[in-house]
Amino acid sequence: MGYKIIRKKVLSPTVKEFEIVAPLVARRAQPGQFVVLRVDADGERIPLTIADYDRQRGTVVIIVQELGAGTKKLGRLEQGEELADFAGPMGNPTHLHNLGKVVVIGGGVGIAAIWPIVRGMKQAGNHVTTIIGAKTESLLILVDELAGYSDELVVATDDGSRGVQGFVTTALQAIIDRGQAIDQVLAVGPAIMMKTVADLTRKYNIKTIVSLNPIMVDGTGMCGACRVSVGGATRFACADGPEFDAHQVDFDLLLSRLAMYRQRERDDVEKFEHEGGCKVHE
Amino acid sequence: MSDRRKKNSMPEQSPAERRRNFAEVALGYDAETARCEAARCLQCKTSPCRQGCPVEVDIPGFILHIRNGDFAAANEDLLRYNALPAVCGRVCPQEDQCEKLCVLGKNGEPVAIGRLERFAADYARENLPPAPVANVVRPDAPRVAIVGSGPAGVTAAGELAKMGYRVTVFEALHMPGGVLMYGIPEFRLPKAIVQHEIGALRAMGVEIVSNAIVGKSITVDELMNEEGYQAVFIGTGAGLPYFMGIPGENANGVFSANEFLTRSNLMQAWRADSPTPIFVGRRSAVVGGGNVAMDAARTAVRLGAEEVFLVYRRSRQEMPARHEEIDHALEEGVIFRTLTNPTAVRVDDRGWVSGLECVEMELGEPDESGRRRPVVKPGSEHFLPVDSVIMAIGQGPNPLVQSTTPNLRVNRWNNIWTDENGMTSRPGVFAGGDVVTGAATVILAMGAGKRAAQAIDRYLREQK
Repeated sequence: MGYKIIRKKVLSPTVKEFEIVAPLVARRAQPGQFVVLRVDADGERIPLTIADYDRQRGTVVIIVQELGAGTKKLGRLEQGEELADFAGPMGNPTHLHNLGKVVVIGGGVGIAAIWPIVRGMKQAGNHVTTIIGAKTESLLILVDELAGYSDELVVATDDGSRGVQGFVTTALQAIIDRGQAIDQVLAVGPAIMMKTVADLTRKYNIKTIVSLNPIMVDGTGMCGACRVSVGGATRFACADGPEFDAHQVDFDLLLSRLAMYRQRERDDVEKFEHEGGCKVHE
Repeated sequence: MSDRRKKNSMPEQSPAERRRNFAEVALGYDAETARCEAARCLQCKTSPCRQGCPVEVDIPGFILHIRNGDFAAANEDLLRYNALPAVCGRVCPQEDQCEKLCVLGKNGEPVAIGRLERFAADYARENLPPAPVANVVRPDAPRVAIVGSGPAGVTAAGELAKMGYRVTVFEALHMPGGVLMYGIPEFRLPKAIVQHEIGALRAMGVEIVSNAIVGKSITVDELMNEEGYQAVFIGTGAGLPYFMGIPGENANGVFSANEFLTRSNLMQAWRADSPTPIFVGRRSAVVGGGNVAMDAARTAVRLGAEEVFLVYRRSRQEMPARHEEIDHALEEGVIFRTLTNPTAVRVDDRGWVSGLECVEMELGEPDESGRRRPVVKPGSEHFLPVDSVIMAIGQGPNPLVQSTTPNLRVNRWNNIWTDENGMTSRPGVFAGGDVVTGAATVILAMGAGKRAAQAIDRYLREQK
């Protein structure tokens, strides 16, 4: 009764792509939405952005960065194995229509999330500038795919190993400075990256959408763990979002709430690495 | 034996013991005690108790079987009316239903109908070979989709399968059972019992699809127009948590009761080896006075909080919780701060809760609910230092189906409107349980599921 992995691709040592058989998710999946999965019957519920989908094949593609114990366990699964649970699509889709000139920004594993958005934005007739950023070149993913649907692709790495040295905001600032008109920015990535993007575009009064990634349990609006403050009102990211007007989001609250279980997460990773390490030697 | 005017008492784990574990609190009657209790029943011809039961269980009938020692027959009798007797015997508010109308209650305590129901169901599950379940589903029968696998959905599914319909239950979470799995704690309703009852449903030929979020994965219209379901029953419950809207409520350490209980129950955070984190701290405050508040407070005790406060704006008398839950919470050391209302959550410089700003309340004139309205006592502001706050002030209907089903009439709280037969404003689409009535009880939802199943049957016959 599981959800079969029909394809696995190692994008980097810690970033893996999986294509999963999940017809009930694929039939209505759209860019900007997410799934909640469980690796095994005792596993935690892990929310992950939908990176792609194929309605005919009934499959959904997810890209996972191994951070916590749960995602590390997921990353070790191989083609042919099954996930215990895979539910979705959750959240509201990205509004994909012709806005004119858009800049789509993906940071880290957020690059996976922007892939269907960039494609959709291009297909909707937009002029698309895509900025992707990562710590270092080996963590960059989907570069060719994104280049294929972008009018311009700008790469930024913290260490300068590829493209501009600096953050995605360094690249965005350069685009603003050269006088390019921007009708909308859409950014997906770590909360701190989205916050700095929002701070930058606020100065220039550029409409900006971000996709928030708070802690979630069910993903269907039932627990309120994912509550965020937008324009002073409490919203549930899973049901009301995940995309919101970046200039209305209280990012400090988001960052604080994301850190709620940080110590526990570190302990779990340590435990998993220890146990996982032993397994490797068997 | 004991005083005939009193119920036979049911053994329980001692408060000191059960504060430290998640095993069931109430241990159930043994066969001898059950027969003694059954002998208290007067077998009234008019059986007023039945009128208090939303599914009209033949109460004197099953009790008579217990008195005669025919426990299998008692269980079969129960199952004819109630698909989940082991659940209802544990979680029904009997004092407001069947037992309230028991003649013995006029001059003493009523018959312990709930305890006897539980006994019969537990006895059968533990001692008898599983009753051969008849799968009478007809391969050419009309198909009915049930949205949600909580008490309403499960009951509707069971009734329809008994009539021969092909039934599929769609559940959004990874385990079927709805609130019985995510909401009610293990120490009050062991999850193995819920899954046993769900297993019986499968044996009857009901198909259960987990991880299927109706409104997201598939819509009601798609179920009817593309997937070939001739009728749909919506039993999606009241799972949308309410918050108070006071300052500081989004601080770390403030949880909805739904989140807190889902982590502990469905995600099994109560087990030391669970990958799901849960936080309670040294001191915890639960806001509310219903069964959910009691469940949350008692869970917080078991997770190791040294002091758990139950903050409720009315007095103990107005608490909507079952009496037994209130008693159990008090026995387990939950500290009741009644006639107290939070006005703000105080937040420390790391973004975590440091306590609740509260005011004391007084009871004024009765409000629409007939309960006396609490009003703020001037000059009563005070501070309750706590590490976590659990909001258990009620839940609204889950919104996903309403927002994705055109022309589905709802009221201003987003509860689905139905006619007296449980049919919504959309022909062939029925609804029942908390999503219609607002948050209520397991048995009321089951009653609604049962009535809707009968209405669906009539509707499908008329369609032919």
